[in-house]
Amino acid sequence: MIDVPVPASRPPSDTRSTIGRRLLGLNAWLTYIFLYAPIVILVLFSFTTDTFGVRWTGFTLDWYVRLARDTRMINATINTLWVALVATIISTVCGTLLALAMERYRFRGRNGMDALLYLPIVIPEIVMALALLAFFSFAFGLLESLTGIKLRMNIWTVIISHVAFCISFVVVVVRASLKGFDMRLEEAGADLGADPQTIFWRITLPLIMPGVIGGALLAFTLSLDDFIISFFTVGPGTNLLPVEVYGRVKRAITPSINAISTIMLLVSMTLVFLSQFVQRQRD
Amino acid sequence: MTNASAVVLQQVTKRFQNVTAVDAIDLDIRDGEFFSMLGPSGCGKTTTLRMIAGFEFPSSGVISLAGAQVEKIPAHLRNVNTVFQSYALFPHMTVAENIAFGLEMKNVPRADIKPRVDAALAMVQLSNYGTRRPKQLSGGQQQRVALARALVNRPKVLLLDEPLGALDLKLRKEMQIELKRLQQEVGITFIYVTHDQEEALTMSDRIAVMNQGKLLQVGSPTEIYERPSSRFVADFIGEANFIDGHVIDIGAPYCTVRASNGLELQGILQGATTVGAAVTIAIRPEKLRLTVQSPDNVSTLAAKVEQVVYIGSDTRLTVRLSDTITLDVWEQNNRSTLDRDAYWQRGEQGFVTWNPDNALILTA
Repeated sequence: MIDVPVPASRPPSDTRSTIGRRLLGLNAWLTYIFLYAPIVILVLFSFTTDTFGVRWTGFTLDWYVRLARDTRMINATINTLWVALVATIISTVCGTLLALAMERYRFRGRNGMDALLYLPIVIPEIVMALALLAFFSFAFGLLESLTGIKLRMNIWTVIISHVAFCISFVVVVVRASLKGFDMRLEEAGADLGADPQTIFWRITLPLIMPGVIGGALLAFTLSLDDFIISFFTVGPGTNLLPVEVYGRVKRAITPSINAISTIMLLVSMTLVFLSQFVQRQRD
Repeated sequence: MTNASAVVLQQVTKRFQNVTAVDAIDLDIRDGEFFSMLGPSGCGKTTTLRMIAGFEFPSSGVISLAGAQVEKIPAHLRNVNTVFQSYALFPHMTVAENIAFGLEMKNVPRADIKPRVDAALAMVQLSNYGTRRPKQLSGGQQQRVALARALVNRPKVLLLDEPLGALDLKLRKEMQIELKRLQQEVGITFIYVTHDQEEALTMSDRIAVMNQGKLLQVGSPTEIYERPSSRFVADFIGEANFIDGHVIDIGAPYCTVRASNGLELQGILQGATTVGAAVTIAIRPEKLRLTVQSPDNVSTLAAKVEQVVYIGSDTRLTVRLSDTITLDVWEQNNRSTLDRDAYWQRGEQGFVTWNPDNALILTA
């Protein structure tokens, strides 16, 4: 009888899979470099001494110091924060109430309303911006012809516009947190003598709070760095940070722009992490 | 126990769109009574309970609590409390905060709340658990917290919606005894919804059996088991043999029925009927005897043993009377022997006999 020799080396398919695995690893590295290299460069060149911000000529915090003295930039920052704050409060309150109503009640046209609620998330932002612009022009024109009152685009038109797209995101996040909410808890509250308002403040709201805070943080972040809609709906004379940055870049890129961008990046990242963290807390 | 009514339902009906969940129910639940509503899922028992609690409003009919009409009053203004199947403990509050919630809502002075919460915790043997969160407790402990949270309010009526459904068998048995003890201790009317007949029989003073939104029978556990008013009740509670036939003689105390295969059987008539009407004879398997010799008795029929299942305490036999009729016979194993001949064997011939008092002639 002849023994069939068992191959000592690994079958060729294993070698192939090793190459495949290396290629996959390489792909992952390249993807991450592709994603983050521009950001790293942006942050890095906010510390360069080079006036044009394109070469590394030495470390300085000078650009950040200059920012602190740049009243135009500070003014734009305050405006942007104000817009984000007001838009967040309005969209969080409205969005939370909407999410509760959508989750709780069955009514005619509910599915259609549901779909319409999510539409602003997928609508191209430029379309949304132009639509809002058209809406304000029309509304102001109508108001003027009816009453003679003349209104112009200002910081409030930006706030209204931001509320318009933030609400959808708040609803999505709050509804996700409502999915795990046991409606029996509200019945238990009523059973123990709590009226509907008390049930909302003592039982429902505390339990969906992570979702509400998560939604609010998301809305704040989105409002903070929105450019397209802000650009179209802000009137002359109101200065917003993303629009201001855009205006300056058109003239010349300086490390100042890099510095302000780095700060915005930090704030956005912090808020997103915070919102993720708060939403995890409920599990 | 007084004879005053704790809860009265008069012609209470609940419709959801075109489904009638509860159909014109009349109930009179007495003060201090342990009252169970029993039936298969979807029979309307939970909807009835929810209407008493105030989570649902009846489509028509009247509900009274302690003499006051309440069917249009919302849950938070009714003096009843509920123990939910899912417990529904507030996860963001401690056990003590959960129990204190109802007292706070009633504006009980702060100084009185703590001793009452402590007493409630002691009552359910969870004295050291006040600072825990519901999630940190086992299912049985959560159940006891739910009970304490309801009872601390000293409601007129406590509503329990399958409260033991989520517990395992052993814990369920313990909690059944515990619940009964608590109910006797506090003297509050308990209305207990369950689909578990054994649970209902074990704990209740009275049981209401429901099916398809209708109330079929109300009575004590023995009344429900020994004198079911309908085939459904006889079948749902315990086991029963059913033989279809029609009435040939209405006498006292026994009626005679001719079964579908021509046999003539006697039994006690439940309800009213006329000669010639179609009826069902119901006999519980433990009420039947299988003997070797034919006793001198009208309720005796020749039978052949078809199946023998020995389960320790009993031997469960299936015997054939005719081509179409078989009966289940449960023989208690009250002799201790290993002699096979002492037990019935498959294929043996015998005589099934019963006391006609145990044969019920059902018209529904």
